[in-house]
Amino acid sequence: MTSRAPITWRVATVREVVVETPTARSLVLDVPGWPGHRAGQHVDVRLTAEDGYQAQRSYSIASAPETPGLAITVQVVPDGEVSPYLVEEVRPGDQLELRGPIGGFFTWRVEDGGPLLLVAGGSGLAPLMAMLRHRAAQGSTVDTRLLASARTARDALYRDELERLGPRDGLRVAWTFTRETPPGWDGFTGRVDAEKLAAVAPPPDAGPRCFVCGPTPFVETVADLLVHAGHDPRAIHAERFGPTGS
Amino acid sequence: MPPISRGFRGRRHADVDPSRIPPGQYLTPDFPVLSAGPTPRTPLDRWTFSIDGEIDEVRRWTWDELLALPQETVTVDIHCVTKWSKLDTEWTGVSLDTLLDGVETEAEHVVAWCDGGYTTNLPLEDVMGGRAWIAHTYGGEPLEPAHGGPARLLVPHLYFWKSAKWVRGITLTVEDRPGFWEGYGYHNYGDPWREQRYWSD
Repeated sequence: MTSRAPITWRVATVREVVVETPTARSLVLDVPGWPGHRAGQHVDVRLTAEDGYQAQRSYSIASAPETPGLAITVQVVPDGEVSPYLVEEVRPGDQLELRGPIGGFFTWRVEDGGPLLLVAGGSGLAPLMAMLRHRAAQGSTVDTRLLASARTARDALYRDELERLGPRDGLRVAWTFTRETPPGWDGFTGRVDAEKLAAVAPPPDAGPRCFVCGPTPFVETVADLLVHAGHDPRAIHAERFGPTGS
Repeated sequence: MPPISRGFRGRRHADVDPSRIPPGQYLTPDFPVLSAGPTPRTPLDRWTFSIDGEIDEVRRWTWDELLALPQETVTVDIHCVTKWSKLDTEWTGVSLDTLLDGVETEAEHVVAWCDGGYTTNLPLEDVMGGRAWIAHTYGGEPLEPAHGGPARLLVPHLYFWKSAKWVRGITLTVEDRPGFWEGYGYHNYGDPWREQRYWSD
């Protein structure tokens, strides 16, 4: 479905900078005239240097449509052009340009129903967090499973908030840490594989809507595993970012 | 005037001719992957490419038949709507001019359709005149599935979502029928030099 508000550049003002991890910040933005969004959509951000040079990038919206203030979560890309600026330089009161919302396939609304399977690699959790925040804001109890992969517990986004959200009201959250586990950790370790997915996911015949977001190799692997496990390829929504690694 | 992003300097590519980078794009040495779903994998012995719709008789080629047609190798710049551009990419495939040779049709549009259900629409004239190919080889190697292999449409003068991965055919249409992303608010035509990213651009 096409949003009919023209997708025009708006000036956004940084209301708050939230330190999520040592290398990720959420920027909470005031965007006058923002037409609203659906969980899973993204925005384009445009920066302008003093000499007029501009750079644009896309970022997933991490906040629920119900919440005032539009939040994007930015993970530093080593040697990146835009992300180090947004994470390390930007302060409350700074302005940048933004337009959106963009995308309509990788979205979920409470009325779309469930069950839901959300699988995140690294900062791919951001658009899925928008879905979980939307779900909570609506008081939904739809069967929802999140499997989130992070390198270490220090790199895990939104971990405290996710602990407050579940397990209850039909939400189950599972983390797997691929590089280092916290002391006493008895959860998953290592990369997402068929066993972890089978343990977390609703069975294929329950027909879950699957949303997979993360770096390209992660999404390729997880989407393939879900197809092999018998999930309907048409129900698998994928959002990839970063290089292919090849 | 856009607000100045305090302290933002950006990174210029001093070694690149700026006339090759469309507005709002940045160069990448990588080849990012953007797809809406899982990567489909169709065995080559079941693969065909078809031209159907407003045409007297459906044209269809098997994989071997496609490879037996005249092949072209082109070096082109590609531009993704998600902002990355990649210069001097080398592709081998069959020109749509070859596949459409001699077709008489009332159609002014085409819809490319693909394994996995993806579609995208283009003006017929944009896939003619040496501007579009069914590409199966990238950089001298078989095109990887994640990048659209065994074959994808290659229309480098438009944003790369028009270069449909896993393409299996085109339908010639009289009416313009928006494809997958076009139906989700992306631009109907998608000229990177006019920065036609979204429908209102």
